[in-house]
Amino acid sequence: MFQEKRPERLIDLNGSRLDGRKLDQLRQIKLEVGILDKANGSAYVEQGRNRILVAVYGPREAHPKHIALPDRAVVRCRYHMAPFSTEERKSPAPSRREMELSKVIREALEPAILSEYYPRTTIDIFIEVLQSDGGTRCAAITGASLALADAGIPMKSLVSACAVGKIEGQIALDLSDLEDKYGEADMPVAFMPSFNTITLVQMDGAFTLEEFSKALDIAAESCKQIHEMQKTALKGKYLSIKEEVEKEESEEAGE
Amino acid sequence: MTLHVEKKQMVAPGEIVAEGGYFAGDNVYKEDDKIFASRVGLVEVVGNRVLVVPIKGCYVPYVDDPVIGRIVDVGMSGWSVDINAPYPAMLPASETFGHRQPFPKADLTKIFDVGDLVLAKVIAFDRTRDPLITVKGPGFGKATSGRVVEISPTKIPRLIGRKGSMISMLKKETGCQIMVGQNGIILVSGKSSENERVAVSAIYMIEREAHTRGLTDRILEMIRKELGG
Amino acid sequence: MSSTPQISPMARIEQRTIVDMISHGKRIDERSLTDYRDLKIEVGIIEKANGSAQVFLGKTKVMVGVKVETGDPFPDTPNEGILTVNAELVPLASPSFEPGPPDEKSIELARVVDRGLRESKAIDLEQLCVEAGKKVFVVFVDVYVLDHDGNLIDASAIASLAALLNARMSNYEIRDGEVIYKPGYKPLPIKNRPITVTIAKIGNSLVIDPCLEEEQVMSARLTAAIEDSGRVCAMQKGGMEGLTIEEVKAAVQIASRKANEIREKISEAAK
Repeated sequence: MFQEKRPERLIDLNGSRLDGRKLDQLRQIKLEVGILDKANGSAYVEQGRNRILVAVYGPREAHPKHIALPDRAVVRCRYHMAPFSTEERKSPAPSRREMELSKVIREALEPAILSEYYPRTTIDIFIEVLQSDGGTRCAAITGASLALADAGIPMKSLVSACAVGKIEGQIALDLSDLEDKYGEADMPVAFMPSFNTITLVQMDGAFTLEEFSKALDIAAESCKQIHEMQKTALKGKYLSIKEEVEKEESEEAGE
Repeated sequence: MTLHVEKKQMVAPGEIVAEGGYFAGDNVYKEDDKIFASRVGLVEVVGNRVLVVPIKGCYVPYVDDPVIGRIVDVGMSGWSVDINAPYPAMLPASETFGHRQPFPKADLTKIFDVGDLVLAKVIAFDRTRDPLITVKGPGFGKATSGRVVEISPTKIPRLIGRKGSMISMLKKETGCQIMVGQNGIILVSGKSSENERVAVSAIYMIEREAHTRGLTDRILEMIRKELGG
Repeated sequence: MSSTPQISPMARIEQRTIVDMISHGKRIDERSLTDYRDLKIEVGIIEKANGSAQVFLGKTKVMVGVKVETGDPFPDTPNEGILTVNAELVPLASPSFEPGPPDEKSIELARVVDRGLRESKAIDLEQLCVEAGKKVFVVFVDVYVLDHDGNLIDASAIASLAALLNARMSNYEIRDGEVIYKPGYKPLPIKNRPITVTIAKIGNSLVIDPCLEEEQVMSARLTAAIEDSGRVCAMQKGGMEGLTIEEVKAAVQIASRKANEIREKISEAAK
């Protein structure tokens, strides 16, 4: 069984973290939209070593019928980790953590979905964590917003998420798995940027009231950065088709 | 009254589109005095109405929409039809021609059976009931031949074109019969499978490039090149 | 898979009454926005458990039993005892609870209570080691919800802390890696007393300790666990809507001010 050794330090003398980042830096993020064929909407998120795939089906007929709500869609969300996603193999059966995360992630997205448009249907969000390295619920929420928008589900806003924590007494952005394990606090936050609304906040560790307030502000700012990346990813595919096509046209016109 | 974006600009959900005296059209919503996009798409302004033409969206039935659907179940008094919407459609036996009620079930399968493709029209739909469709009328009924193409329902208006210009051009240039369902399902049937193939290609190309300019000309050019016309 | 919950059985005019009253600073049970309901704590009621407590928070009733047994340590913490929290929403407690394995509500409840205890290091787990890598004491905290009238999280957390303070384990010494029990009892090594405070957002107001009807009307809730030193050691937002940044900060402020009040009541009851 793989045994991780506790690193000697999490922050070196130059203020660099284990992966070379500064305290206020996000891990590298890659967002792709519309990568699955069968799903109505889909997205793929890479954040540091996290690899997360999200698919959205719906709005579709509610099965069984009795779960339907008369005036809005039922949103269903499943957060699940692949057995090979963690250092030690994880049993495929849903764990208590996955059940809690399924709930808090659903509650992070519900405020943004205009579910009254589709009564008596379900909107299903399936999250599969293919590789996990800390902060997966935030990356999952970021990806799920993209998948919902990709499916054409009407939304009030995108939801952007990231975590802020504390390592070796200092507030740090976007903790990796090791940093979360050996650090002093971790606080995932999900935010609807244009509405100043927090839709998920959880925390474990210890923050003074002042540290907590500062960390929350940092989280909100970083969510705004992630929001810009989400918009780019959503529009990107179509804007590049537009460019491609209009470039051909102007080339032909120039002939 | 301020417009925060340009016409034809692409927006994402939650982006502010306009403020002040504008009215909210499709795929936007109004909160306080501001209008925000609710889907990814291109902004359009019609008078003082602001709307977004969405890239993707599911089919929402409207009364009088022609639709193409698949029979998925035969019931006591009609059929359950999949019209590619979040709600299954009901085709009552009374909405077919020339049969008297009551109908024993065996009779119903003689008219339409599970797996059949039907061309129909929506006659009723509201938030509390599933859509009702009919096959009474010219051109409606079971489809017996042709190729079925499925595209995003949001692209159907582009496929039809202003006053039907795009679809008429397609039919003329490919010599195919093309039945377009508002629900994104299209039936193409032509003299030769080559004509059908080109028509199908054109339809997918329209779906992919619906949001760009000069599409009609490019489609015309592609068809003529393929068919050597 | 988590699903949007079914609609609450309250009529719209009933919901409106609650929201309107709260916007004028009044609640249906005449409390102020920052008052807890009547809190009664009884300890030591289940003799067969190492520790126990029963909490009456308004009409909500929760019982917690603590059992201490020996077991294997986790491989990555070979010299630490184990704390494990489980919660049951038994069917007799509410018309909406059904028999069966734990659902997302009971799992969230258990994990939030656990987080407050664990992150504050309420129990000094290193003192519960018998033989490093081989044997440790395992503290089972079992939350039993008996009557659901809202705010199960705070009631469960109060009962859990009271039960842990009440808990007694036999005196023992360790000889050759075996536990030899001696006469007499000693308390568990409790080093911190985290207090969990839940605040609901109703309309534009924040109210402490929502009762069941208030929970059915609230748009969101924020739970914060405050340890002895005043630091926040756990937090959980729940509910179908969101909170503004200012509301989150204000809620945590309210929680930190209220925590001491509750802590004193628990310490008093568990004496």
